[in-house]
Amino acid sequence: MKALYFAWVRERIGLAEEEIAPPGDVVTVRELIEWLSARDEGYAAAFANPATIRAALDKTHAAPDAPIGAAREIAFFPPMTGG
Amino acid sequence: MAPQPSPAVRVQAEDFDLGREQALLTRGRRDIGALVSFVGLCRDEDGALEALELEHYPGMAEAEIRRVADEALERWPLQGLTVIHRFGRIQPGEQIVLVLAAARHRADAFAAAAFLMDFLKTRAPFWKKERRADGAPGDWVSAKSEDDAAADRWR
Repeated sequence: MKALYFAWVRERIGLAEEEIAPPGDVVTVRELIEWLSARDEGYAAAFANPATIRAALDKTHAAPDAPIGAAREIAFFPPMTGG
Repeated sequence: MAPQPSPAVRVQAEDFDLGREQALLTRGRRDIGALVSFVGLCRDEDGALEALELEHYPGMAEAEIRRVADEALERWPLQGLTVIHRFGRIQPGEQIVLVLAAARHRADAFAAAAFLMDFLKTRAPFWKKERRADGAPGDWVSAKSEDDAAADRWR
Protein backbone atom coordinates (compact mmCIF):
# COMPACT_ATOMS: atom_id res chain seq x y z
CA MET A 1 0.00 0.00 0.00
CA LYS A 2 0.98 3.63 -0.40
CA ALA A 3 1.84 5.62 2.73
CA LEU A 4 1.69 9.43 2.69
CA TYR A 5 3.11 11.80 5.30
CA PHE A 6 2.26 15.46 5.83
CA ALA A 7 3.56 18.50 7.74
CA TRP A 8 5.99 17.66 10.59
CA VAL A 9 5.32 13.93 10.22
CA ARG A 10 6.74 14.24 6.69
CA GLU A 11 9.68 16.33 7.90
CA ARG A 12 10.65 13.92 10.68
CA ILE A 13 10.41 10.83 8.47
CA GLY A 14 12.12 12.64 5.60
CA LEU A 15 9.69 11.34 2.97
CA ALA A 16 6.41 12.57 1.49
CA GLU A 17 5.32 9.11 0.36
CA GLU A 18 6.48 5.53 -0.05
CA GLU A 19 5.25 2.01 -0.75
CA ILE A 20 4.96 -0.10 2.39
CA ALA A 21 4.22 -3.81 2.83
CA PRO A 22 3.23 -4.43 6.44
CA PRO A 23 3.17 -8.08 7.61
CA GLY A 24 -0.17 -9.85 8.04
CA ASP A 25 -0.28 -9.42 11.80
CA VAL A 26 -0.48 -5.62 11.40
CA VAL A 27 -4.26 -5.19 11.38
CA THR A 28 -5.13 -1.74 12.72
CA VAL A 29 -3.91 1.80 12.15
CA ARG A 30 -2.33 1.75 15.63
CA GLU A 31 -0.43 -1.46 14.84
CA LEU A 32 0.82 0.03 11.59
CA ILE A 33 2.11 3.06 13.50
CA GLU A 34 3.95 0.72 15.92
CA TRP A 35 5.41 -1.24 13.00
CA LEU A 36 6.62 1.92 11.24
CA SER A 37 8.02 3.38 14.49
CA ALA A 38 10.39 0.42 14.80
CA ARG A 39 12.01 1.19 11.43
CA ASP A 40 14.40 3.97 12.41
CA GLU A 41 14.70 7.04 14.57
CA GLY A 42 12.97 9.34 12.06
CA TYR A 43 9.82 7.23 12.17
CA ALA A 44 10.18 6.84 15.93
CA ALA A 45 10.38 10.64 16.30
CA ALA A 46 7.40 11.21 14.00
CA PHE A 47 5.21 8.78 15.91
CA ALA A 48 6.64 9.36 19.42
CA ASN A 49 3.38 10.86 20.69
CA PRO A 50 0.50 8.88 19.15
CA ALA A 51 -2.03 11.35 20.60
CA THR A 52 -0.79 13.95 18.11
CA ILE A 53 -1.07 11.66 15.08
CA ARG A 54 -4.10 11.57 12.79
CA ALA A 55 -4.60 8.99 10.05
CA ALA A 56 -6.69 8.62 6.93
CA LEU A 57 -7.49 5.47 4.97
CA ASP A 58 -8.19 6.11 1.28
CA LYS A 59 -8.68 9.84 2.02
CA THR A 60 -11.15 9.34 4.89
CA HIS A 61 -10.32 10.00 8.56
CA ALA A 62 -9.63 6.76 10.44
CA ALA A 63 -9.44 6.06 14.19
CA PRO A 64 -6.39 4.27 15.68
CA ASP A 65 -8.33 1.02 16.11
CA ALA A 66 -9.71 1.08 12.54
CA PRO A 67 -8.70 -1.99 10.52
CA ILE A 68 -6.49 -1.21 7.54
CA GLY A 69 -8.34 -3.83 5.54
CA ALA A 70 -7.94 -3.47 1.80
CA ALA A 71 -7.09 0.24 1.84
CA ARG A 72 -4.74 1.26 -0.96
CA GLU A 73 -3.55 4.44 0.69
CA ILE A 74 -2.86 5.45 4.28
CA ALA A 75 -1.86 8.94 5.35
CA PHE A 76 -0.39 10.16 8.64
CA PHE A 77 -0.42 13.79 9.75
CA PRO A 78 -0.67 16.13 12.76
CA PRO A 79 -3.98 17.64 13.91
CA MET A 80 -5.24 19.93 11.18
CA THR A 81 -4.75 23.69 11.24
CA GLY A 82 -6.58 24.95 8.18
CA GLY A 83 -9.33 27.53 7.96
CA MET B 1 -39.10 20.96 -0.40
CA ALA B 2 -36.68 21.91 -3.16
CA PRO B 3 -33.88 19.46 -3.93
CA GLN B 4 -30.62 20.11 -2.10
CA PRO B 5 -28.20 22.32 -3.99
CA SER B 6 -24.84 20.85 -4.78
CA PRO B 7 -22.06 22.70 -2.95
CA ALA B 8 -19.29 24.41 -4.91
CA VAL B 9 -15.98 23.29 -3.38
CA ARG B 10 -12.58 24.44 -4.60
CA VAL B 11 -9.06 23.94 -3.25
CA GLN B 12 -6.64 26.22 -5.08
CA ALA B 13 -3.41 28.18 -4.88
CA GLU B 14 -4.95 31.27 -6.52
CA ASP B 15 -6.74 34.02 -4.69
CA PHE B 16 -10.54 34.34 -4.95
CA ASP B 17 -12.93 37.25 -5.45
CA LEU B 18 -15.76 37.45 -2.93
CA GLY B 19 -17.92 39.61 -5.22
CA ARG B 20 -17.54 37.21 -8.12
CA GLU B 21 -18.32 34.15 -6.00
CA GLN B 22 -21.37 35.87 -4.53
CA ALA B 23 -22.59 36.79 -8.02
CA LEU B 24 -22.10 33.19 -9.22
CA LEU B 25 -24.11 31.85 -6.29
CA THR B 26 -27.02 34.27 -6.58
CA ARG B 27 -27.17 34.72 -10.38
CA GLY B 28 -30.71 34.34 -11.68
CA ARG B 29 -32.06 33.51 -8.22
CA ARG B 30 -35.11 35.21 -6.72
CA ASP B 31 -35.66 32.85 -3.80
CA ILE B 32 -32.58 33.61 -1.66
CA GLY B 33 -33.28 35.86 1.32
CA ALA B 34 -29.96 35.66 3.16
CA LEU B 35 -26.37 35.28 2.09
CA VAL B 36 -23.69 34.96 4.77
CA SER B 37 -20.04 35.16 3.77
CA PHE B 38 -16.99 34.41 5.86
CA VAL B 39 -13.47 35.23 4.69
CA GLY B 40 -10.47 34.03 6.71
CA LEU B 41 -7.38 36.20 6.29
CA CYS B 42 -3.72 35.70 7.07
CA ARG B 43 -2.78 38.04 9.95
CA ASP B 44 0.76 39.22 10.65
CA GLU B 45 0.84 38.38 14.40
CA ASP B 46 1.96 41.91 15.31
CA GLY B 47 4.59 41.97 12.60
CA ALA B 48 6.24 38.66 13.52
CA LEU B 49 4.87 36.73 10.53
CA GLU B 50 6.18 37.09 7.00
CA ALA B 51 4.01 34.42 5.43
CA LEU B 52 2.20 31.15 5.98
CA GLU B 53 2.96 28.02 3.97
CA LEU B 54 -0.23 26.02 3.70
CA GLU B 55 0.29 22.34 3.01
CA HIS B 56 -2.69 20.18 2.07
CA TYR B 57 -3.58 16.62 1.19
CA PRO B 58 -4.71 16.81 -2.45
CA GLY B 59 -7.88 14.86 -3.07
CA MET B 60 -8.71 14.41 0.60
CA ALA B 61 -8.94 18.18 1.19
CA GLU B 62 -11.69 18.50 -1.42
CA ALA B 63 -13.40 15.28 -0.29
CA GLU B 64 -13.43 16.27 3.38
CA ILE B 65 -14.74 19.79 2.69
CA ARG B 66 -17.46 18.20 0.56
CA ARG B 67 -18.38 15.83 3.40
CA VAL B 68 -18.70 18.78 5.81
CA ALA B 69 -20.69 20.76 3.20
CA ASP B 70 -23.05 17.80 2.65
CA GLU B 71 -23.56 17.59 6.41
CA ALA B 72 -24.47 21.30 6.50
CA LEU B 73 -27.00 20.71 3.71
CA GLU B 74 -28.56 17.91 5.78
CA ARG B 75 -28.85 20.11 8.85
CA TRP B 76 -30.13 23.39 7.39
CA PRO B 77 -32.43 24.22 4.45
CA LEU B 78 -29.79 25.95 2.33
CA GLN B 79 -30.14 27.27 -1.19
CA GLY B 80 -26.48 27.45 -2.03
CA LEU B 81 -23.07 26.80 -0.55
CA THR B 82 -19.58 27.75 -1.73
CA VAL B 83 -16.33 26.83 0.01
CA ILE B 84 -12.89 27.82 -1.29
CA HIS B 85 -9.68 27.02 0.59
CA ARG B 86 -6.26 28.11 -0.64
CA PHE B 87 -2.91 26.38 -0.24
CA GLY B 88 0.70 27.41 -0.82
CA ARG B 89 2.40 30.60 0.32
CA ILE B 90 0.02 33.22 1.73
CA GLN B 91 1.13 36.58 3.08
CA PRO B 92 -0.44 38.73 5.81
CA GLY B 93 -3.48 40.53 4.46
CA GLU B 94 -4.21 37.83 1.90
CA GLN B 95 -7.32 35.68 1.90
CA ILE B 96 -7.12 32.01 2.97
CA VAL B 97 -10.64 30.65 3.06
CA LEU B 98 -14.13 31.58 1.87
CA VAL B 99 -17.50 30.22 2.97
CA LEU B 100 -20.74 31.42 1.39
CA ALA B 101 -24.06 30.12 2.70
CA ALA B 102 -27.36 31.10 1.11
CA ALA B 103 -30.79 30.40 2.59
CA ARG B 104 -34.30 31.80 2.69
CA HIS B 105 -33.72 33.13 6.21
CA ARG B 106 -30.64 34.49 7.92
CA ALA B 107 -30.58 32.15 10.94
CA ASP B 108 -29.94 29.12 8.72
CA ALA B 109 -27.30 30.94 6.67
CA PHE B 110 -25.43 32.20 9.77
CA ALA B 111 -25.55 28.79 11.46
CA ALA B 112 -24.39 26.88 8.38
CA ALA B 113 -21.46 29.25 7.77
CA ALA B 114 -20.30 28.97 11.41
CA PHE B 115 -20.69 25.17 11.33
CA LEU B 116 -18.65 24.92 8.13
CA MET B 117 -15.78 26.98 9.50
CA ASP B 118 -15.72 25.08 12.82
CA PHE B 119 -15.50 21.75 11.02
CA LEU B 120 -13.12 22.89 8.29
CA LYS B 121 -10.63 23.85 10.97
CA THR B 122 -10.69 20.47 12.67
CA ARG B 123 -11.36 18.08 9.76
CA ALA B 124 -10.02 19.45 6.48
CA PRO B 125 -6.42 18.26 5.91
CA PHE B 126 -4.51 21.55 5.83
CA TRP B 127 -1.46 22.48 7.90
CA LYS B 128 0.06 25.93 8.37
CA LYS B 129 3.77 26.55 8.73
CA GLU B 130 4.96 29.99 9.80
CA ARG B 131 7.64 31.94 7.97
CA ARG B 132 8.93 34.48 10.47
CA ALA B 133 9.78 38.06 9.58
CA ASP B 134 13.04 37.94 11.58
CA GLY B 135 14.35 34.96 9.59
CA ALA B 136 14.29 32.59 12.57
CA PRO B 137 13.08 29.10 11.69
CA GLY B 138 9.30 29.08 11.69
CA ASP B 139 7.25 26.35 13.22
CA TRP B 140 4.11 24.43 12.37
CA VAL B 141 1.03 26.07 13.81
CA SER B 142 -0.39 23.93 16.63
CA ALA B 143 -4.02 22.85 16.63
CA LYS B 144 -5.99 24.75 19.24
CA SER B 145 -8.21 23.09 21.80
CA GLU B 146 -10.68 26.00 21.31
CA ASP B 147 -11.14 24.81 17.74
CA ASP B 148 -12.05 21.30 18.90
CA ALA B 149 -14.42 22.81 21.47
CA ALA B 150 -15.99 24.97 18.74
CA ALA B 151 -16.59 21.89 16.58
CA ASP B 152 -17.90 19.89 19.57
CA ARG B 153 -20.69 22.38 20.23
CA TRP B 154 -22.51 21.12 17.12
CA ARG B 155 -22.80 17.55 18.39
